Amino acid sequence: MTRQTLERQIHHIQDEVLLLGSMIEQAMLKAVSSLKCRDIAEARRIYHADQLINEKRYAIENAILILIATQQPMAHDLRILAAMLEVITELERMGDYAKGIARVTIRLENIEIPIPTQEFDRMAELSVSMLHRALSAFVTENPNLAAAIPAEDDEVDELYNRVYLNVVNAMIANPQIIDHANLLLWVAHNLERMADRVTNICERTVFIATGEVLEIDQSDDETEQDVE
Amino acid sequence: MTETPFPNNAYAIELRNVDIFYGNFRAVKDINLQIEPRKITAIIGPSGCGKSTVIRCFNRMNDLVPSAHLNGEILFHGKNIYDPDVDPVQVRRLIGMVFQKPNPFPKSIYENIAWGARVNGYRGNMDDLVEQSLRQAALWDEVKDTLKKSALALSGGQQQRLCIARTLAVRPEIILMDEPCSALDPIATLKIEDLMRELSTQYTIIIVTHNMQQAARASDFTAFFTMDTDRAGIMVEYGPTSQIFTRPKDKRTEDYITGRFG
Repeated sequence: MTRQTLERQIHHIQDEVLLLGSMIEQAMLKAVSSLKCRDIAEARRIYHADQLINEKRYAIENAILILIATQQPMAHDLRILAAMLEVITELERMGDYAKGIARVTIRLENIEIPIPTQEFDRMAELSVSMLHRALSAFVTENPNLAAAIPAEDDEVDELYNRVYLNVVNAMIANPQIIDHANLLLWVAHNLERMADRVTNICERTVFIATGEVLEIDQSDDETEQDVE
Repeated sequence: MTETPFPNNAYAIELRNVDIFYGNFRAVKDINLQIEPRKITAIIGPSGCGKSTVIRCFNRMNDLVPSAHLNGEILFHGKNIYDPDVDPVQVRRLIGMVFQKPNPFPKSIYENIAWGARVNGYRGNMDDLVEQSLRQAALWDEVKDTLKKSALALSGGQQQRLCIARTLAVRPEIILMDEPCSALDPIATLKIEDLMRELSTQYTIIIVTHNMQQAARASDFTAFFTMDTDRAGIMVEYGPTSQIFTRPKDKRTEDYITGRFG
């Protein structure tokens, strides 16, 4: 067996991607919990910690580019590295979603507004669980596991729709809260988009195995893409 | 059986069920390979897989090895070049070859180009032919003031381009290159690769290379050869270079191009 240096470095980068993933998972769970508890100090910490996530993403990107330039990976090796470039971009955007939720918490300081904490908790729990397993499937190169995850997005979408209806109804009943209630819609949107981005990671896992980029079907794909 | 990447029949040259023997030893077996015209086709594979043996059969260079013989057909313009009524000298005029080590004649730069044309009965303006050939080989600007000087005074990269110019001077259709850059530095190598790309608008180029990066950079199609259990060379996979180097279909190709062979 040759190419031990290349393999060692690829494994090292995979570990870093997992680490980045766990930073996102933590950030998202903490962001939702700080909103629930109205913990402004924690929200500020999450808001600023996004910088660390961005730095980690660029460090990984740099390591991948160096590996491509110096080791000339081909075929499967090249697909892993190309897929990781894609995955870290998805992860960084998920970090932005957590940061966005933290910002909502900060902006809602001292504002009286009912927060759909039960739905947000469940959405965060589902999205984080999907992400965790998607990254496991990604580094273990398990396309079957990866292909099964996106279907779980349906529950997140249902929760999103429920929050949306409730918040819009609350806005209609009491137009004075529109500005602040709108922020809650953004929280729901961010959680819902996080689950969508997990699907992209799953697609990349299939790509590593097959070399083909297959769009994994998502029931909400059409409506979501239309408004983006 | 390897799939052909080409749907049509307009190949520059085609190998059908080719076995090549050195004495009793079968060096390559059952090669079916269709070469697309005016493209660059790379043949890659580990040492001993028969890639040089195969490229040498494209213009009957193996005739010069007494024990070598070939079964199967090599079709060029619909005619098997190994038919008894085919003149191998004529085959080699239409299918030229550039070798691993630059091998200019110990003559002037001018004579290196003119000699082959003269032998082939060229009756046009020799000065024009020399200039045109050197220009096509991207060497003219470097040697136009020293045409009467010895070709051996040129650098390795220049000598190799001179050998390409010498091949072009007899107006071939196909240019075979057997490891043309293995004796050259990286810059001279890239110059040859640029030249190959330029020439591929008019000529069909087949290159054997040990350097996979070169095949990936410079070729349109790649054929991967390896050694079978009986030590005979076989063609494992053949397809567009972009596909072979990103998602090869055969595990043996994958192992070789990712550096995990053996």
